Amino acid sequence: MAAKIAYTDVEVGTELPARSFPVTRATLVRYAGASGDFNPIHWNERFAREVGLPDVIAHGMFTMAEAARAVTDWVGDPGALVEYGVRFTKPVVVPDDDAGAVIEVSGRVAAKLDDEARTVRVDLTATSAGQKVLGMSRAVVRLA
Amino acid sequence: MALDQSFVGRSYPPTEPYEVGREKIREFAEAIGDPHPAYTDSEAARELGHPDVIAPPTFVFAITFKAAGAVVEDPGLGLDYSRVVHGDQRFAYTRPVRAGDRLTVTSTIESIKSLAGNDVLDVRGEVHDENGEHVVTAWTKLVARGASAAGAGAGKQGE
Repeated sequence: MAAKIAYTDVEVGTELPARSFPVTRATLVRYAGASGDFNPIHWNERFAREVGLPDVIAHGMFTMAEAARAVTDWVGDPGALVEYGVRFTKPVVVPDDDAGAVIEVSGRVAAKLDDEARTVRVDLTATSAGQKVLGMSRAVVRLA
Repeated sequence: MALDQSFVGRSYPPTEPYEVGREKIREFAEAIGDPHPAYTDSEAARELGHPDVIAPPTFVFAITFKAAGAVVEDPGLGLDYSRVVHGDQRFAYTRPVRAGDRLTVTSTIESIKSLAGNDVLDVRGEVHDENGEHVVTAWTKLVARGASAAGAGAGKQGE
C-alpha cells in the first residue's frame, strides 16, 4: 500500500477536497451492465413510478462507489481503504435529460485512530439536489 | 409475518469460486467513471505495492450480493424478495480484490429484526481467496418492506 498522504500531516478536522460526480441515465445503464444489477427501478421510469418512486433512481452502490472516490483520490491508493460503510437514506433521482443528477461529496478527518497503524476515520457527506443521500458514511484509511 | 428467528447465526456453504477478470475490473471502473490507473495498469498497481491491478472498493459487492441472494431466497426463511431494498452496506478489507483472484463467499445471517412492519435482515459475507486467505468482509442490511409499507418504503435505494 502506498498512500500519498502522511499520517503526521493530517489532523482531526482536515478537509478532503470536495468532489462532484454527474450521473445520467446513460451512467445508470452502464453501471447496471458492469455490476449485474438490472433492477428496473434504475432504468425504467414506468416501473419506478409503479413502485412509488418519483422517477428512475441511481443504484445505491453507484452512489457508494462515487463517495469512496473522495477518499481514494485523496489518499492516492484505493488499496489503502481498510473499512467503508454507508446507510442508504434517500434515493438519487435521475431525470431523463442530458444533465441528469449530480452527487456532491465532501469529507473530513473525524478521528486519528491508531498511531502505529496510521489509520484515520473519514466522515463523508453525500448530497444530491440538496438532499443527504447517504447516512453514517464512514471510511477508515491507512495513511503513509 | 415475522421471520423465523432460528435462522439467526445460520451459515450457508461457500459459493463456487468467482474469478476476477482484469477486463471486468476495467468495465466496472469505467462504469463508476474512476480513471485511477491502479484499476487498469498493472505497472501503476505495482508501484503502489499491489501484485496486479486492483478492483475499486465496492466492486466485490456484486459477488457478495449474489451470495446473499442465495440466503434470502432460502424457501425455509420465507422472505418476500420482491420487497427487499438495500438499507446499509459496510466492508472491512484485509486487502483489495485483484485481477486473477478466485473468490468464494460464505454468508451468515447475523440478525433478523422486525421494525415498523418491515423485516430487517443482516447478512455477513466472508470473502476468501483460493489460498483460503481473508480478503474482505461485507455486511449487507436488507429491508423487506411489509405489505402495508409497500410504496412508502420504496423511496429507499433498491438493489
